[in-house]
Amino acid sequence: MAATARPVTPAASLTTAGGTTTRIHITVNGELYSAEVEPRTLLVYFLREVLGLTGTHVGCDTTNCGACTVHLDGRPVKSCTVLAVQANGRQVRTVEGLEVGGKLSPVQQAFYEEHGLQCGFCTPGMMMTATALLARNPNPSDAEVRDAIRGNLCRCTGYVNIVKAIKAAGKKMQEPPAGGGGA
Amino acid sequence: MIPPEFEYYAPTSVDDAIALLSRFNGEAKVLAGGHSLLPLMKLRLASPSVLVDINRIPGLSYIKEEGGHLKIGATTRTNDLLDSTLLRKSYPILTDAAHEIADPLVRNLGTVGGNVCHGDPGNDLPACMLALGGVFALAGPDGARTVPASEFYKDTFVTAVGPTEMLVEVRIPQPVARQGTAYHKIEKRIGDFAMAGAGARVVLDESGKVTAAGIGLTGVGATAIHATKAAAALLGQPADDAHLQQAALVAQGESQPVSDLRGPAEYKRAMAGVLTHRVLVRAVARAKGGA
Amino acid sequence: MSADAPHVKGGIGQSILRKEDARLIRGKGNFVDDVKLPGMLYLDITRSPYAHAKITAIRTDKALKVPGVLAVITGKDLEAAGLAWMPTLMSDKQMVLPTDTVMYQAQEVAAVVADSRYAAADGAAAVEVDYEPLPVVTNPFKALEPGAPVIRTDRAEKSNHIWHWETGDKAGTDAALDGSAVRVTQDLYIPRIHVSSMETCGCVANMDPVSGRFTIWMTTQAPHAIRTVYALVTGLPEQNIRVISPDIGGGFGGKVPVYPGYVLASVASIKTGHPVKWIEDRSENLQADSFARDYHIHAEIGATQDGHVTALRVKTLADHGYTDAAANPSKFPAGLFHIITGSYPFAKAFVEVDAAYTNKPPGGIAYRCSFRVTEAVYTIERMMDLLAHKLNIDPAELRLKNFIPPEAFPFRSALGWTYDSGNYAGALRKAMEIIDYAGLRREQEAKRAKGELMGIGISSFTEIVGAGPSQTFDILGIKMFDSAEVRIHPTGKVIARFGTKSQGQGHETTYAQILAEELGLPADDIRVEEGDTDTAPYGLGTYASRSTPTAGAAASMAARKIREKARVIAAHLLEVSPDDVEWKDYAFRVKGVPGKSKTMAEVAFAAYTNHPKGTEAGLEATDYYDPPNMTYPFGSYICVVDIDKETGQVSVRRFVAVDDCGTIINPMIVDGQIHGGLTMGFAPALLEEIQYDEDGNIHGGTFMDYLVPTAVETPNWETAKTVTPSPHHPIGAKGVGESATVGAPPAIANAVMDALRPYGVDHIDIPLHPWKVWQALHGGGKSA
Repeated sequence: MAATARPVTPAASLTTAGGTTTRIHITVNGELYSAEVEPRTLLVYFLREVLGLTGTHVGCDTTNCGACTVHLDGRPVKSCTVLAVQANGRQVRTVEGLEVGGKLSPVQQAFYEEHGLQCGFCTPGMMMTATALLARNPNPSDAEVRDAIRGNLCRCTGYVNIVKAIKAAGKKMQEPPAGGGGA
Repeated sequence: MIPPEFEYYAPTSVDDAIALLSRFNGEAKVLAGGHSLLPLMKLRLASPSVLVDINRIPGLSYIKEEGGHLKIGATTRTNDLLDSTLLRKSYPILTDAAHEIADPLVRNLGTVGGNVCHGDPGNDLPACMLALGGVFALAGPDGARTVPASEFYKDTFVTAVGPTEMLVEVRIPQPVARQGTAYHKIEKRIGDFAMAGAGARVVLDESGKVTAAGIGLTGVGATAIHATKAAAALLGQPADDAHLQQAALVAQGESQPVSDLRGPAEYKRAMAGVLTHRVLVRAVARAKGGA
Repeated sequence: MSADAPHVKGGIGQSILRKEDARLIRGKGNFVDDVKLPGMLYLDITRSPYAHAKITAIRTDKALKVPGVLAVITGKDLEAAGLAWMPTLMSDKQMVLPTDTVMYQAQEVAAVVADSRYAAADGAAAVEVDYEPLPVVTNPFKALEPGAPVIRTDRAEKSNHIWHWETGDKAGTDAALDGSAVRVTQDLYIPRIHVSSMETCGCVANMDPVSGRFTIWMTTQAPHAIRTVYALVTGLPEQNIRVISPDIGGGFGGKVPVYPGYVLASVASIKTGHPVKWIEDRSENLQADSFARDYHIHAEIGATQDGHVTALRVKTLADHGYTDAAANPSKFPAGLFHIITGSYPFAKAFVEVDAAYTNKPPGGIAYRCSFRVTEAVYTIERMMDLLAHKLNIDPAELRLKNFIPPEAFPFRSALGWTYDSGNYAGALRKAMEIIDYAGLRREQEAKRAKGELMGIGISSFTEIVGAGPSQTFDILGIKMFDSAEVRIHPTGKVIARFGTKSQGQGHETTYAQILAEELGLPADDIRVEEGDTDTAPYGLGTYASRSTPTAGAAASMAARKIREKARVIAAHLLEVSPDDVEWKDYAFRVKGVPGKSKTMAEVAFAAYTNHPKGTEAGLEATDYYDPPNMTYPFGSYICVVDIDKETGQVSVRRFVAVDDCGTIINPMIVDGQIHGGLTMGFAPALLEEIQYDEDGNIHGGTFMDYLVPTAVETPNWETAKTVTPSPHHPIGAKGVGESATVGAPPAIANAVMDALRPYGVDHIDIPLHPWKVWQALHGGGKSA
């Protein structure tokens, strides 16, 4: 495993001089990385500052807002409350990993078409939660959608169009693919 | 936002975890879901010098019935409680409570062990354990021991778990015939700490009289409250609304709320009664075969 | 619009999808914390646990020993550079760092610069400060009592009274009230709240020692104003200052003030010669950044026996925190509070506001409030309901009886505003029809007979936005015009830059739509930029719903200037006189000769390849728009609530919002603004508040305690529109960003109080926590 991992340079790390570090291997959006991190490095900062994946955002410091939501082994979690070392050997998916070959995922497309975002700051986290929801329940009711995203705060949209977007994405995902290949 | 430095260990067996806790003699904290501990550390309200991550210990996450008990492993994620058809069918109090804990993202990492051991009077599962007559299985340097829920909660953030011990399993007696359970809390906003919450278990005989009962209260005392007087008031009584109301009044009297951002004490006390009544009504309906 | 009618792709009135989404949905936005520069350092801040205290010692040795820490800045360091204090946007003074006294809990006390975010945090935690607590003033009434501890000892006048402001006819109002058959008096408190945009505040400051250029990426809604303030305060030459406001994760007014963190990062960059990043935590944001509301209001309304309003008298005490840093237009220290006569033709009115210092953070208008219009509308709409109850007249009927009628516009209010246009009855009737108001009242009667609690609340608000005409509106002396600079390239594509700054409102799309309409070019071909002071024309930024009324108008005017020149070029191409050419159906047409026409795209190409003699090449224009008046969006909202009698919990069953913002540029975007605004009106009515105990400790200083709405309790908003254009705006648009935050709270409060009518409770202050309702149900008495 280590032989094929892409090492991340120490200069990009969050280590404070003199802090003890440990080597971790994390797969992020399908790519395996290895890096030296302090145990206290939060996963959200590892993603943003070591890997440069700034799509995942920090919106609070008490694990309430969900702007930092990513998938950890397929489950949506708040990456501000996960240590990078806890993700050692595991799979992480961020908003950057939703699109495939530059093609937007159904959730991304639906957020665009239904005006499910305004400032865009909560949006990556919101879409990660939505993607996980639809994988388990592709046809959720309004109440089920609202319950699923209750850990993702939004100040701009009032949630109406976010709910619409998620339901629209679910519907789209259930349609048979238009001739010529997968989604 | 940034926690202070700490040493980190990720043992792969309970014995290794206990050895680490002993080695650091109370300076180490167990890291399970981390969604109570890490937020405290990020605000620098807690700064343990060592974290012992128990998530790599295999065989600690399960929900099963065995030997007359429902057994839940300490690192079972709270969302796994929601997904369990066994719980929904036979222990709906836990399904009710799981749905009301925090939010779905927190529940993907937060553990049953964390929710019962953290000792916050706002945690939801302790009241359920009190109502169900649960028992906690601990492991420590001196071996294994069990502590009933009724003796587990000592004070705010203080439980029976010693500094070199850890919870490994929660055990709940399997349900008997005509048993019903329920949990409900009210809060200012979903995911917030309770203004008040109550969990109840009732068992009825064929004539509809209560033969067993357990009531636990959330958020109205320094710890979860075991409303034993209220439960006792139900025994031998018909499970009609008048008696449920009466028991709720007793539970109200057993609550010891303080005024804070979640409401004045007077209100919380009254709500302890209202919620006890509501969960008793639900539990009785379930005992009779309803939902 | 029929398929055959001439239209331009992406013009006004179309719900085109947003251009800004392309990067945001891919996680490729460029927010301030995404900015990463080589050699960048981090700044973190040590803050005071005390609300009022003398600093007796600051020891930085431990902090300096933390690996990675490079420097610690204290007030004494800044004092030497004359930067310990800086002006506020209201010409008061605020501290960057204290030299001897802290005046609010969480106030900045020292700043640590380090080579990593983590080291900076460790450093900030390691700074040791000794404090000598001083008496704390948190009650603004007590602050004004003789003998109260004086907070601002730096001021010549040793008192906590900041200013007194009044407007209207005091004697006439007193007489009118005295002569009124019916009078209702009520005290209303609107507590402190915090807007909590999902992105907190921050900056990356970069003083380049070689070029002398100072660049700062900042979460700011007003980049040009910031640049000028920086120039005046620091002495750096303004042409060498570049403020970049990139993608901003919500502003709502909270990103207008100049926070100490920005100045500290700037000083640190100048000192170290490196870029310095400062990003505040959420707790810092809630505890130290600009709040909103905190108005203690005493209102009296008079009416005739049959319910026609006669007079309104309002006296308010404003709690401003330790300094007046509310970013109001300079002539209006209480903002536009005197819109408070609302949708009704009061013959007499008088408003007075006194502001007090307290040991709390400064601010006052940062929560989507249109400069205190939320406070004004809450007051008048609650008073109208109280009047309706006193007279036993249905609240809808009372409003319909009193509304300023459409033919009365332009309408000059008793407090000096000239409302441009309105059709208040039209909006209310539409809302009543959509929600089946009569049916709801019947349902309520039936429920009341059974003891069930259901309430219906109305809010018929008049907003005032678009600050503002230069004779009355300025901030720190800078007039509140706004601007558009539009250039058409040879291939008919457009780049347009504005002095405003979107933080989610969709300007990249909506301005393109205005230009598409005016220029006859598809919106897809129009690129909109904002936020870089090096390239954007000067403007006062985006807040108080001012962008469409000012910069949107500038876009139109600039486009029309371009059309004038383009007409000359078109005539040249068509080989006719310019007088024979008219702009019709999105093209330049020869009058009376159908078929002879030129498109704007053809003209654009000619502007560079075939421009006529006597005309300059190129095709562009700039407009600095000085609005002739404010605009007055309005609406009627109706809210239905059900109350759980046992717990006091309030559930919003339905909420219908009829808004009128004049011409609608993009219906989809307007609805989005209304959904968001309604949610920010719902929140203060039922959930949000910041409180301080007697020692000045904040309650509600983290997201654990400051509860913003989630998707679960937020109602499913129902929206509808009427359209009453503004007669003075080039495209008749009025602006809409804050209407819903202004209009919603009284609709909800009125609904709850309506539900509680059988219990004889007149008023309960928001937020309407369950226990407040419960206490009213269990003998709470007349007024809580």
